[in-house]
Amino acid sequence: MKKNTLSLFLSLVLAGTVQAETVFVTLEKDNALAVVDPVEGKLIKTVPVGRRPRGIAISPDNKFLYIATSDDNTIKIFDAETLKEVGKLPSGDDPETFAINPAGDRLYVSNEDDSMVTAIDIAKKKAIKQIKVGVEPEGITVSPDNRWLISATETTNMVHWIDTKTNAIVEYTLVDPRPRSVSFTVDSQQLWVTSEMAGTLMILDAKTKQIIKTVRFEVSGVTADKIQPVGVVIDKDRIRAYVALGPANRVAVINAQTFEVEKYLLVGQRVWNLAFSPDQKRLYTTNGVSNDISIIDLDNQTVTKSVGVGNYPWGVAVKP
Amino acid sequence: MTNQPGAHLHLTEGRRAGPSCVNNMLHYWRAMWGIIGRELWRFVTQRERFISALVRPLVWLFVFAAGFRAALGLAITPPYETYILYEVYITPGLCGMIQLFNGMQSSLSMVYDREMGSMRILMVCPLPRWFLLLSKLFAGTAVSVLQVYVFLAIAWFYGIKVPWQGYLWVLPALMLSGLMLGALGLLLSSFIKQLENFAGVMNFVIFPMFFMSTALYPLWKLKESSMLLYNLAKYDPFSQAIELIRFSLYGQFNQHAFIYTLVAFIVFMTFAIIGYNPSKGMMMKKGGS
Repeated sequence: MKKNTLSLFLSLVLAGTVQAETVFVTLEKDNALAVVDPVEGKLIKTVPVGRRPRGIAISPDNKFLYIATSDDNTIKIFDAETLKEVGKLPSGDDPETFAINPAGDRLYVSNEDDSMVTAIDIAKKKAIKQIKVGVEPEGITVSPDNRWLISATETTNMVHWIDTKTNAIVEYTLVDPRPRSVSFTVDSQQLWVTSEMAGTLMILDAKTKQIIKTVRFEVSGVTADKIQPVGVVIDKDRIRAYVALGPANRVAVINAQTFEVEKYLLVGQRVWNLAFSPDQKRLYTTNGVSNDISIIDLDNQTVTKSVGVGNYPWGVAVKP
Repeated sequence: MTNQPGAHLHLTEGRRAGPSCVNNMLHYWRAMWGIIGRELWRFVTQRERFISALVRPLVWLFVFAAGFRAALGLAITPPYETYILYEVYITPGLCGMIQLFNGMQSSLSMVYDREMGSMRILMVCPLPRWFLLLSKLFAGTAVSVLQVYVFLAIAWFYGIKVPWQGYLWVLPALMLSGLMLGALGLLLSSFIKQLENFAGVMNFVIFPMFFMSTALYPLWKLKESSMLLYNLAKYDPFSQAIELIRFSLYGQFNQHAFIYTLVAFIVFMTFAIIGYNPSKGMMMKKGGS
């Protein structure tokens, strides 16, 4: 009986610790990956990963981490548990951002300098197609229904709708200057696009490919030139969306039904990329200039902690 | 000469007090409540004083802090765990400001009492002088704590919120800081002969104490501009009282600030008691009250 009570107690304690996810942050200047325990709010360790790591994603089965090491001209594959390098993908020169399809077998990379998107077969570690897009492709995503691959080009100011079956561009949408980040709603019905220069967020209808709403941001005391929206994420129930406002040091909380800005949350300097915790109770932000990440409690809509991680935190991925 | 009812009470109670210990204790207790009650009654009935005590920190919060907004956030220093707006930073400082001004207000009322003669009645009451002064101090502190809670409630509606436990933890911190600043007020009042001299106290004590503290700017920011200012602010007891309040609002105990504030309280109180002793202190030099 005593043993049972003890084991029950232990399992409860362990359950408490197991639930905590791990947050991975690429450190552009440190050539490393920071591993953070977000519940404790502590940096656990920093692991070297290659030169100038930026874009990061975890495979849908949570087994592998993909990291774009820009100055090594490759996307490296790491075991998400041991953080040992297990392979490389032929990304083309200077990879920065990339997206994985829902099945986890294709990876699409923006090749900024060549105005291309490279489609890679992950299992074969081979490039299967190069798609010519506008100048300076940056934001890239695949719709959750795997219908569309989206590439946003910063200089052409366009969103390119690419059919994932044929890898051919089907349509274009002209958007506000310097589109940075693109993100689909879970039902794949809307595409949310941020414009760094206009300081706006655009919501596009996936059927008509037209902008249905443009959201503008205003933070009291912060000049308009500092409002440079980058990362955007939308929660799975499409109740709220969050936009990182760059040098405005704020994350905008947006009602995803009415598209009204509800609140601005103060985070670290030059907030860039965002990631949800698996249960979507927390949001993690990378703050490039203040060298930390901020942890936002989404139930209370408050920033609970900012954790120093290393130089130039860029991308963020979460493993349950 | 105006005879204050509270003071009369102590005098007559004192004469009636029996020799037994219980009676004695009761006598002390009644005397203390007489003084605290009188102070609270004064505070509640003087509505202008209540409002002006609140308006001062609120002007700082709504106008000064808004102007100096530091809209892009202040760097993280304990007890804060993330970036904060300037309004959030100065709120504990303004709690301290309420108590500092309240301490000075009590000191002013002591000088007034002395000029009006009611002080003499209080001082000849057959209870130890230190006890009467301490009672006076508790009375002033109770008023200042009340003011701070009203201020924190208004700040809450303005959007400056601390964890709910912080509102409980801050109570002992406010009591100690209130006692320390009140003791400073008592000490000063023992030096001031006339009400007119109070302007000097404002110029040479309150303002330097307030501006050379961590109420308005963090220590690291002062260090950037001047090492001298940094050191002055670091050793300013008002800074330590504010840090004690700041940490406790976030459920943390700042031991250094606690000890510093406690020691400052003991020192100020000791000198105040000496100062009010007609045979030793300043009262004698000035020819009594």
